[in-house]
Amino acid sequence: MGPHDGIVAAGRCGRAAARLCVGGHAASIVAGDTIEAVHAVLAAALAPVQQEYLLEARQMQAMSFAAHIPLVCFGVAFPALVVFVDWLSLRTGDPVHRTLARRWTRVMVALFAVGVVTGTILSFELGMLWPDFMATFGSVFGLAFALEGFSFFLEAIFIAIYVYGWDRLSPRVHLLCGLPIVATGLTGSAMVIAVNGWMNHPQGFRLAADGSVTDVQPWSALFGNSFFWHELVHMYVAAYIVVGFVLAGIYAWGKLRHGRWGRYERTALALPLTVAALAAPAQLLVGDWAAREVANLQPVKLAAFEGLQQTTSGASEHIGGWYHEDTGEVTGGIAIPDLLSLLAYHDPNATVRGLDSVPPDERPGAINVIRFAFQAMVGIGTLLAAVGVVVLWVRWRRKRLPLSRWFYRVLVVCGPLSVVALLCGWVVTEVGRQPWVVYDVMRTEQAVTSADGIPVGYATLALVYLGLAGAVWWILRRLARAPVGGARDPQPTGAAAGETP
Amino acid sequence: MSLDAVPLLLALVGLALYVVLGGADFGAGFWQLLARGRERGAAVREHAHAAMAPVWEANHVWLIFVLVVMWTCYPVAFGSIVSTLAVPLFIAAIGIIFRGTAYALRAGTTRAREQRAVDTVFGVSSVLTPFALGTVVGAIADQAVPVGNAAGNLWTSWTGALPLTIGVLAVALGAYLAAVYLAADAVRRDAPELESAFRWRALAAGVLAGALAVAGLLVVRSEARGLFDDLVGEALPALIVSGTAGVGTLALVWRRRYEPARYSAAVAVAAVVAGWAIAQQPVLLPGLTVSEAAAGDDTLIAVLVSVGAGALLLAPSLVFLFTLTLRGRLSYEESDAAGAPTTPVGPAHALSAARSGLLARVALACLILTLGFLTLADAGWAHAVGVVTLLAAVVTGFRAALPVDEPAGSD
Repeated sequence: MGPHDGIVAAGRCGRAAARLCVGGHAASIVAGDTIEAVHAVLAAALAPVQQEYLLEARQMQAMSFAAHIPLVCFGVAFPALVVFVDWLSLRTGDPVHRTLARRWTRVMVALFAVGVVTGTILSFELGMLWPDFMATFGSVFGLAFALEGFSFFLEAIFIAIYVYGWDRLSPRVHLLCGLPIVATGLTGSAMVIAVNGWMNHPQGFRLAADGSVTDVQPWSALFGNSFFWHELVHMYVAAYIVVGFVLAGIYAWGKLRHGRWGRYERTALALPLTVAALAAPAQLLVGDWAAREVANLQPVKLAAFEGLQQTTSGASEHIGGWYHEDTGEVTGGIAIPDLLSLLAYHDPNATVRGLDSVPPDERPGAINVIRFAFQAMVGIGTLLAAVGVVVLWVRWRRKRLPLSRWFYRVLVVCGPLSVVALLCGWVVTEVGRQPWVVYDVMRTEQAVTSADGIPVGYATLALVYLGLAGAVWWILRRLARAPVGGARDPQPTGAAAGETP
Repeated sequence: MSLDAVPLLLALVGLALYVVLGGADFGAGFWQLLARGRERGAAVREHAHAAMAPVWEANHVWLIFVLVVMWTCYPVAFGSIVSTLAVPLFIAAIGIIFRGTAYALRAGTTRAREQRAVDTVFGVSSVLTPFALGTVVGAIADQAVPVGNAAGNLWTSWTGALPLTIGVLAVALGAYLAAVYLAADAVRRDAPELESAFRWRALAAGVLAGALAVAGLLVVRSEARGLFDDLVGEALPALIVSGTAGVGTLALVWRRRYEPARYSAAVAVAAVVAGWAIAQQPVLLPGLTVSEAAAGDDTLIAVLVSVGAGALLLAPSLVFLFTLTLRGRLSYEESDAAGAPTTPVGPAHALSAARSGLLARVALACLILTLGFLTLADAGWAHAVGVVTLLAAVVTGFRAALPVDEPAGSD
């Protein structure tokens, strides 16, 4: 059996809903039997198929992503905090700093383990759910994942050395082993975001008439991409905001609920809160920059943020309200005239492209989901920035934290809110890119697997993730309850001591 | 060798390392699952956990490495394999979640009952995952994965005799490797009872794995005659190496020479992967050769450059990790020094608030610059400057606002 027979046999013309049909290309192969032609047919062999459960496939991917991305924040920003406190403890010799560094390390390694596995699921799902996306464009964006693999490798190695090397390496060597964890947290997330930037603003390849890619330039596709930088900075700052507010929220809860407010707790709250208090206002500027990049590079997505149906000069910004698909109008809410034009293009009379600038089937469907996610992200971000400014102001004027109980109640809420804002941000960019998986190049329904059983997989994974959430909750509570500062505290594994041989 | 095959060679090296290192990690879970007896069982489980805990994440990354090289360099083959074999891969994925979670949870267990429950979950998933991944390899070897989006049957593609045999073989090889490594670790930890326990396990698992490998050959002979002919033809040297190293390992374990046994066991297992690769090339999937599946040269070169550069960082780091591990410098047991206060390296006044007024002004100045460069300006270079000034503002602001010793306040 020659290669072409196999390919033709593999074709699914009968089921293909598609512009690409294997049979047609087999003829061209016979005419010009080159490797390129073989590639074209291979790409076509993985041509779009009908998938009844496209929405479920998207939701399954989204669920896996939503489970992973808060852990990414802890992979990116938490090591920096831990290493900083470790460094502080070396500078000051203060047992509080030392205990804090060790206890946070235990939390860090537990969350890292969960992050490793949830991240692995994502890479499995890329192929299992979106084989045509991988088959067609893997050669374009895959390089970033290869580099991410190395980042992840180094992170795993040094996190192990850091965690299991306490007291066994000299303090300086130990501290130095923490630095690669901080660096690889940045580079690893940068690589994954390079792929997302490329999906939003694809470049660095040519699309042949048959749908296969040629002339691939992976470096410029990923890193010469104007969509990469604002996404990276936005996510990186977000990681520090999430970690800062979540940690501060936990210790604020301890203070309010259990009255835990010793020197240890005060330090444990004040340090991450200071980081978040600086990062949150900074994020307003980064977010504004990101929105302007979206306005330039993905005007339809910006229109979806606003529910702007018609291309308008001097477009107003709607706060709240509901987008009506049939009329294309936003009712309710507060409209601020010219603000959208001003924010997006620095000109109150600028023309903003509306959803009607593209055919209906090229518009993101769930406009209200995108709008509310966007507004929730901006609203929460503004609130967090305001809390940050208050913290910094009180710190500057009074050299301490605010005293009001209400301040700590707000902090408790800020932790979960920051995670909500993070997830909303990803809803905005991912749902806002629809119906494209690769913007303006490949539609999501062209990428999806033709395999059956997506609902079964989705339900199974949902149950597993529920259990995982419960497990993470349990371990974090256990680690929090372990006594502070005992001679044998903390043990990296905290094994049942009586049972060891 | 043409450029087209080089990344595949790297992926196979990655696969061999995953089998040799990650496989042992699965094997440790296998022995945890089989451990019986209240006291002795707990000791076996503790030893297996302690030996693997520092290295499991690094071992796991080899799987990611194989995946990313495959999807970047052989995207059509990757899409075909993963979509057709979605079921075993999903099972493996679930197993991986349970395993990683068990590692995280074990740190919090305080009672024997909890620890036992966590270890059981870990053990079951440690059998399930390598079995499922083994069936994936077996299905590819069986030529049961046609090119196309889920073009093969979701179930029969990996439930043939060959895939199932490879699945069982994967579990057995992992158990064998783990027993050899854990016996060596027991010597290092000066635990003679554990050493003898794992010595017997290593001998038994070695004989069993060898028998399974021979049985596997017979299954290949009846199921995939072409592959068998190549296995006993071109790939015969690899089989001979594997067999010799396997028998040699048994002898070494018998004579309690565990350190060399570690390496010969690894060679025996890695040679199986090599033999498969040699026998199956140049065909990747039915009707798809390696060169037909390969991505364009620019992509392959970019990946090779990245892997080369990455290896320069990775190799010394891995050597560092394994050196520390093998010398027992990484351990879950608290050293005597724990809890002793460290001597301050520098005086705390370096962190005092004396300069914070100046730093706050610098931070504010950086923030104003950011407003100009990042917010008002539109050029790309200005945005780059703006990002730098913004980070500078945050860092100096952090230094200015750093709460080294937070006052108690009124509460």
